[in-house]
Amino acid sequence: MKHKRVTLFAGHYGSGKTNAAVNYAFALKNEGLEVTVADLDTVNPYFRTKDSEKDFAEAGIKLIASEFANSNVDLPALPAEMYNVVFDKSRYAVLDIGGDDRGAFALGRYTPSILEENDYDMLFVINCYRPLSKNPEDTVEIMREIEAASGIPFNGIVNNSNLGPETTPETVKDSFEYAKSVARLSGLPIKLTTVPDFPCFEGIEGFGEENGELLKMKLQKKII
Amino acid sequence: MAEKVLMKGNEAIAEAAILAGCRHYFGYPITPQTEIAAYMAKRMPKIDGTFLQAESEVAAINMVIGVAAAGGRVMTSSSSPGISLKSEGISYLAGCDLPALVINVQRGGPGLGGIQPSQSDYFQCVKGGGHGDYRNIVFAPASVQEMADMTVRGFELADKYRMVSMILADGTMGQMMEPVSLDIPEQKKYDKPWAVTGTKMERKHNIVNSLSLIPEELEQQNFDRFAKYAQIEENEVLYEEYMMEDAEVCVVAYGIAARVAKNAIVAARAQGVKVGMIRPITLWPFPKKVLNAAADKVKAFVTVEMSMGQMIEDVELATRCKKPVLLCNRAGGMIPTPEQVLAKINEAGGIN
Repeated sequence: MKHKRVTLFAGHYGSGKTNAAVNYAFALKNEGLEVTVADLDTVNPYFRTKDSEKDFAEAGIKLIASEFANSNVDLPALPAEMYNVVFDKSRYAVLDIGGDDRGAFALGRYTPSILEENDYDMLFVINCYRPLSKNPEDTVEIMREIEAASGIPFNGIVNNSNLGPETTPETVKDSFEYAKSVARLSGLPIKLTTVPDFPCFEGIEGFGEENGELLKMKLQKKII
Repeated sequence: MAEKVLMKGNEAIAEAAILAGCRHYFGYPITPQTEIAAYMAKRMPKIDGTFLQAESEVAAINMVIGVAAAGGRVMTSSSSPGISLKSEGISYLAGCDLPALVINVQRGGPGLGGIQPSQSDYFQCVKGGGHGDYRNIVFAPASVQEMADMTVRGFELADKYRMVSMILADGTMGQMMEPVSLDIPEQKKYDKPWAVTGTKMERKHNIVNSLSLIPEELEQQNFDRFAKYAQIEENEVLYEEYMMEDAEVCVVAYGIAARVAKNAIVAARAQGVKVGMIRPITLWPFPKKVLNAAADKVKAFVTVEMSMGQMIEDVELATRCKKPVLLCNRAGGMIPTPEQVLAKINEAGGIN
C-alpha cells in the first residue's frame, strides 16, 4: 500500500482503531519514514495510544496526545501541539480517532486542512465480531454517521475482525464475506486485513488482493 | 453454543439485560460504566424499550422503583459515587420488596475518587449501603462472560425473591474486551400478583410502599424478609474452587483480583507451594460453609483485594478466625501484581 502523508483510523467503538493505528505507525517507521502518531480520542479515557508511549520513544516515533490521556482526569481535551499534524508536512502522520460519530467530532477542527492538502487515507476499521456492527448494513450506517461528524469521506476499509485472545486464522477467514459486503455497500476497497502476532498466524503472508495488504498486529495490552 | 462476539464487560451487561427481557433502563453517565448507558441508548429504541438519561442518580433509582412496582424488568447502573446517591432508593426497593438489578462498576474512592478500577465498595454493596435491615444479592463476575451470565441470573433471582440484585464489578471488568457467548436460556416468567398494573375493577388495589407506622407489623415484615434471606443463604451461594484439593494456603479473591491471584497461584505451584483459591462469585450470600471447611485443612488464608481490606472481615467471620487471614491489597485504583500476591502466598506458607 502506497502511504499517504496522513492516515486516519476511524470506526465503531471498540473496533480496534488504536491497535491498528499503533501497528500501522510502526510499519511506516520500519520503512524508514518519519512518523507522528496523533491521539484524537476525546471519548474514552482508557486504552489509548499513550499505552505505547515507551515503545514509540524507543522506535523514534513522535506521539501527540492529551496530557490527560490514561490519567485520572476524564477530560476531553486536545493539546495545541495537535495542529503540527496538519502544518508540519515533513512527517507522516497516523491519526487515531475516537469511536463512533461522537468520537469523530473532534476531528472536524482539522478537516479543512486535511482536505486542502489532499494527501490522506481515511480508513474505516471494522470488526464483524462486535455486536453492534455484526451485519454489513449496520456497519455502513456507522460509517455514514462518522463521515457526517468528521466531514471527511472514507476511502478505504481495514478489516480488523477478531475475537481478542481467541482469534484464529478461521476467525479471520470467516469475516471475509462480511468485509466484502461492507466494501460492496460502501463502494470502498479493503486496504488492509489485520492478524494478531499469535503463533497460529505464523507463515501467513496475505489473503489475496481483494482483502488488501496484511497488517500484522502486536497487541498493546497484556491480557490479565 | 451460540457464536461468540467480542464485547466490553459493560456492553455484555447491557446486551445480556436486553436478552433477559429488560426493557427499561434509567441511568446517569459516570466513568467507568458509561458504555452501559451508551449501549442502551442505541439498542432500546430499536426494541420498543425505554432508555432514559435521568437528571441525576437519585431520579434514576426512583424511576427504577416505579417500573419495578409495575412489574417490569428494570435496571440502572452507575459507579461508586453514583451508587452512594442511589442508596436511599435501594433501601426503598428493599422496604417495598421490589425486584431490580443495580450495576456498580467500581472506581477508586472515597469521595469523587478516581476513574481507575477498585473494589472498595464491598462494604457498601454487601453490607447494605442504605439504611435499615436488608440484603442485596451481590454478584462478583471475573470475566466478560460472567458479566453477561450474572446479569441474567441477577434478574432471575431478583424476580424469584422480590429483592435487589447487584453486579459488583470494577473498572477493569467494565472496560476489558473478551469473547463472549450470549446464549441466554429461555427466561422463566414469575407471576407478580402484587404489581400495580391496574385493577380492571376485578381485584383489590395493590399497594407498594415502604412506610409502615405500626411497629408490630414492621417487625413482622423484617422477620419475614430475613426468613427469605436464610433460604437464599442456603440455596444461592456461588463460588469457584481452584486447586484446593491439597492446598495448604487458600487465597480468597473475587473479580479482577481473582484473575491476578490465579496467575500468582500458577507461579507458586511451579515453585512447589501448595496453594489454591476459593473465589466467591456471590459476595452475599457469602460462601461461608466452604471457607469454614477449608479452615480445617489449610494453614492460612490470603485475601487479595483492591481495597484496604473489606472482604477479609467476612473471611475471618466465616472461618471463625480458626486460621490466620493475611491481606494482600492495593487501593485507590491500583491493581496488585502477581509478584505481590506470590510474595504474600509465600509468607502465608511459612506460617506454622
